[in-house]
Amino acid sequence: MAERAITDEELPVIARFEVRQRSYLAPDGTVLRRLPHFASDTNALVSLYRGMALTRAFDTKAVSLQRTGRLGTYAVSLGQEAVSIGVASAMRGEDVLLPSYRDNAALLWRGVTMEEILLYWGGDERGNHWSGPVHDFPFCIPVGSHAPHAAGVAYAFAVRKQPRVAVCLFGEGATSKGDVWEAMNFAGVHKLPVVFVVNNNQWAISVPLKLQTASETLAQKAIAAGFAGEQVDGNDVIAVRAAAEEAIAEARAGKGPRFIEAVTYRLGDHTTADDAARYRPPEEVQARWKEEPIARLRSYLVGQNAWGKVQEEQLAAECQQLIEVAIERYLATSPRLPETMFDNLYAELPEAYAAQRRELKEASHG
Amino acid sequence: MAEVTLVEAVNLALARALSDDPNVIVLGEDVGVNGGVFRATVGLQQRFGPQRVVDTPLAELLISGLCVGMAAQGLRPVGEIQFMGFIYPCIDQLVNHASRLRNRTRGRLSCPMVLRTPHGGGIRAPEHHSESTEVMLAHIPGLRVVIPSSPERAYGLLLAAIRDPDPVVFLEPTRIYRAAKGQIDDDGEALPLDVAFDLREGQDVTLISWGAMVKETLAAADQLAGDGIRAEVIDLATLKPYDADTILASVQKTGRCVIVHEAARTGGFGAEIAALIAEHGLTSLLAPVVRVTGYDTVIPLPRLEQHYMPSVNRIAAAARKVCQFS
Repeated sequence: MAERAITDEELPVIARFEVRQRSYLAPDGTVLRRLPHFASDTNALVSLYRGMALTRAFDTKAVSLQRTGRLGTYAVSLGQEAVSIGVASAMRGEDVLLPSYRDNAALLWRGVTMEEILLYWGGDERGNHWSGPVHDFPFCIPVGSHAPHAAGVAYAFAVRKQPRVAVCLFGEGATSKGDVWEAMNFAGVHKLPVVFVVNNNQWAISVPLKLQTASETLAQKAIAAGFAGEQVDGNDVIAVRAAAEEAIAEARAGKGPRFIEAVTYRLGDHTTADDAARYRPPEEVQARWKEEPIARLRSYLVGQNAWGKVQEEQLAAECQQLIEVAIERYLATSPRLPETMFDNLYAELPEAYAAQRRELKEASHG
Repeated sequence: MAEVTLVEAVNLALARALSDDPNVIVLGEDVGVNGGVFRATVGLQQRFGPQRVVDTPLAELLISGLCVGMAAQGLRPVGEIQFMGFIYPCIDQLVNHASRLRNRTRGRLSCPMVLRTPHGGGIRAPEHHSESTEVMLAHIPGLRVVIPSSPERAYGLLLAAIRDPDPVVFLEPTRIYRAAKGQIDDDGEALPLDVAFDLREGQDVTLISWGAMVKETLAAADQLAGDGIRAEVIDLATLKPYDADTILASVQKTGRCVIVHEAARTGGFGAEIAALIAEHGLTSLLAPVVRVTGYDTVIPLPRLEQHYMPSVNRIAAAARKVCQFS
């Protein structure tokens, strides 16, 4: 008698996984579930609100500087302010941030000045020589290639037994790259103190998420690396902050890496060099404006009687003032001497290049 | 003082560095329990523990990227890429990050890392295990590219590379890993980077090479001596930044130059040296600069490999030709 083929049901299940999604505020600012502990302090929420509002005002000015030829290509955070701000606000000063090019807000929060950020995007490396968080990495321009650095930084913390955490931010396009996977895989093996955060803004320039991956969530990619991945509403700064706080605390406590997928939407162009109208229907963008993070938190704060028209106007004026001063300083930065392009190539310029430095100096000084 | 092979000298230098500096971390595929496929890291994990001698997952991009992150935090990582044919996923990290982290932060962060990899053919290895693509690396600003040709220089230059405050790619000539023997006093003494080594003094022709081909080049010089031709032999040792002064001083003396490398000819590092001599040493030349190199082909699998590699006879013939030119 021929043996009956075994059905799938008869085979044992050896692993089951689940991915949870965290959100506290609905798009209209109403509360969906009990808020995390830190949110009981209204001042803490106002502080997040100010961070996001300052970012948006700064981005707006940066774009107008770019349009008038006074800044290079620039990537705004429009609609995604809650990701950078929520994550950065959960970090300690001694932690190390590894940002992507869209994370100006996280740097601002961590104490990099507006004029330093403008200086970098204005085409001057001195902008990365910031006085703020001295171990933080500069913006990573090639997508996702800083993820292995985050694992290396976390490895250094582990070797030195320092209770510090590396936090790496990248976009959803980066999750298609081997770099990110290789870093996550290694971090999982060694239970490193690193938190990976993906800003899933749905669009990698013109390529939508559905062409990036068939994965139901990006958070589940962490499961294959042996650690937890969580999806959060990336337009809910309370959710981003709470998820980051928990992930960073776990990593600091030696419990290994975490992965956070912040689901948001890129309301603006990819950068000032892009025109999203060429590939993205305006109706889609319009619909997404209803979910944006700043109005959402404002609605909640207004509902709590913690915010109103007066504070809003005052904040707007404050932001304008801070930004104007920063722009003035940025535009007044003294130019670099051309031959200084040699000066940080190596710790000490090799003799072999001394003649080239002299050649440039003579050529540029006429 | 003990007689050791080149690969043993590498091992001694790594052990010395690990012992002297708690910031040194050795990482790569099979470098731990197994001691490396060429035995370069043998015994290191037993001695210094798995946290400082790390068996990484099989991911070359990761190894180079981890080095950047570690180095930026002040560790001194020494990554191993098992064969040069597998170094290409690291190029992104070397070009975009390691070599420019200091520059793009104006010195706020730096990248004191070493990436070691076996270099070159002639060991009858499988495909992709015989590469000599040093010129690709030597084109990257901000990087150092070093290649020893003897156990003494392997030991001294590797220690210098690990102590250097900037990223170094350290190429190890596979063919002479065990064939080259030398006396090493394991005293932690480094040799200078960025400096060429004058291995043999001569008046008639300058022979320049690096890595495993230095062996054939020295043998060619012996053969030439039999014909009364006094060849000077220079081991370039550091390809980036390279020691132009030593080359030009030698060519000024001899008026003739033959460059020997096993990498393909077109755009090889020999072209850079020929251009240097054309620009700065033309008036001292008595004959055209000649390159003896691998051909502009893919390095063949073992059955034809010996026809690809520059031989002692090819080098000597080229030197005779330039000596007969004038």
